[in-house]
Amino acid sequence: MTHILLRHRDIPDLKNIEVYKQNGGFESLKKAVTSLQPKQLVENVKASGLRGRGGAGFPTGVKWSFLPDNIWPHYVVCNADESEPGTFKDREIMEGNPYQFLEGVAISCFAVGAAEGYIYVRGEYAPIAQQIEACISEMEKQGYLGDKLFGTETSLRLKLHLGAGAYICGEETALLESLEGKRGMPRLRPPFPAVVGLYGKPTVINNVETLSNLPYIVEHGPAGFRQFGTEKSPGLKVFSLSGNIERPGNYELPLGTTFRELIFTHGGGIPNGRKVRAIMPAGASSSIIRVDDETFDKVMDTPLDYESVQSLGSMLGSASVIIIDDTRSMDWVINKTIHFFKHESCGKCTPCRDGTFWMEHLTTRIHNGQARPGDVQLLDSVAAQVYGKCLCALGDFSTMAVRSAIERFPEDFEKVIGS
Amino acid sequence: MLAEKYPEEIKAIFAKYPVKRSAVMPLLYLAQRAQGYIQKDSMQEIAQMLELDVTEVAAVVGFYNMYHDEKAGKYRMQVCTDLPCALRGADEFLAQLCEQIGIKVGETTPDGLITIEEVKCLGGCNHAPLFQIQEGDQVAFHENMTVDKTMELVAALRKAQE
Repeated sequence: MTHILLRHRDIPDLKNIEVYKQNGGFESLKKAVTSLQPKQLVENVKASGLRGRGGAGFPTGVKWSFLPDNIWPHYVVCNADESEPGTFKDREIMEGNPYQFLEGVAISCFAVGAAEGYIYVRGEYAPIAQQIEACISEMEKQGYLGDKLFGTETSLRLKLHLGAGAYICGEETALLESLEGKRGMPRLRPPFPAVVGLYGKPTVINNVETLSNLPYIVEHGPAGFRQFGTEKSPGLKVFSLSGNIERPGNYELPLGTTFRELIFTHGGGIPNGRKVRAIMPAGASSSIIRVDDETFDKVMDTPLDYESVQSLGSMLGSASVIIIDDTRSMDWVINKTIHFFKHESCGKCTPCRDGTFWMEHLTTRIHNGQARPGDVQLLDSVAAQVYGKCLCALGDFSTMAVRSAIERFPEDFEKVIGS
Repeated sequence: MLAEKYPEEIKAIFAKYPVKRSAVMPLLYLAQRAQGYIQKDSMQEIAQMLELDVTEVAAVVGFYNMYHDEKAGKYRMQVCTDLPCALRGADEFLAQLCEQIGIKVGETTPDGLITIEEVKCLGGCNHAPLFQIQEGDQVAFHENMTVDKTMELVAALRKAQE
């Protein structure tokens, strides 16, 4: 298995700066700062086809090119608020390969002309945040951050901001609000953060894994990056595999790897001789993919890239693949996911705040066998009324599992009603 | 007073941001470190430092899961029971743990040492069952846990108090 992001699995002690330097560390940052123009760097990243790894899959270079040239300063904000149930990839990157991540943040700052970058780490990762801060100090000491980088006029500073437990702060405008010292509630768009972002200035917000790809792209060029993955979804991706699986964990594989390879070759299949019944490929925010004797081969042969997963009526998102075996009923599954979204709804938009409340109420009633006639239809109707009516995607996400479960696993709900 | 207790930390926090208000979250962590939870007088002091209304500070405290404005056990044992963890037995783990320790979720042991809380995804789904222990502004993960291993940890924490 090739590792670009999880290189610490092949190189012991990569989180030691000397080891990182011996393995080509900071050469890409040096190359960028001393021999590339920011515009060239943006073009290179565009040509690489790198897509945001936080969930949306938006082309990173294109995102960068939205920053206006006539409003300054620019900011880079790294989204390290990884909180989607089923996602634990950024944590491993920051823990095991922190300097490659920080080099990536520094490269993105140079590309968009930002002298300052903020890294927003979720509060629960406080020990990792402490390590990242120590790494930043070490880079400052050794001249990889600070003024006159590599003898040029470039100045670069990175600062870490610790969150305090709020899934919503992974939403980029809520994250900015939080960084500005407010409650993490999403902003109305437009204006987009690329124009009016942190402290009202043009801001680029990228995920940890996205940024950690940059040193490789600078070193090997767009073509080097494109040797992995598919035409539309190039590169390697860290898949977080969890739930009813023999070997849960992170797997760095080319985008376009099939479900079969991820689940059976790498994950070791389903424990206790059970069968896979459902897959949530994008964490708790996924529409649920039904797996049965009829659909098994079709699902398993589907490549894990942004377009193909969509063709199964779900999405790749941050590639947090939750496996659910055939001992589980979907009324229980959606009660779990709704419980999460109800807790994490920030309360700003009425459809999401009230909708998640009622969906929790209804899914609990259904799961406990206390459903009244029409409850399942009512649940579906509430979900339909939340969808598309909120400032951010959390409201939409809360409905994905609910609606797909009702549609694709009708027997689980009939059974519940009948009991 | 935070200003007297943590002058260096406060200076470093203010140096981080071009706008004062951004300091509210790190300052709240300092308050929690000082007293275990965030008391009214700390909120008032932080509001004064940042030229905010105390209500604005309290609103931030109320919004985030990891700030607490009520006293609880010295160690908050926070067990994740979200879907990926639940698929690996987190609900059963939590129920058995409560039974062994002899308190319900949200309660504190009579010696004031441990409060058990049920929390949302901690980002350790591959190591379930897991919990974090929050103590003031410190966090420690305990992963791939069993009830027996957890009870040993509880005994060690009790012993450390003596």
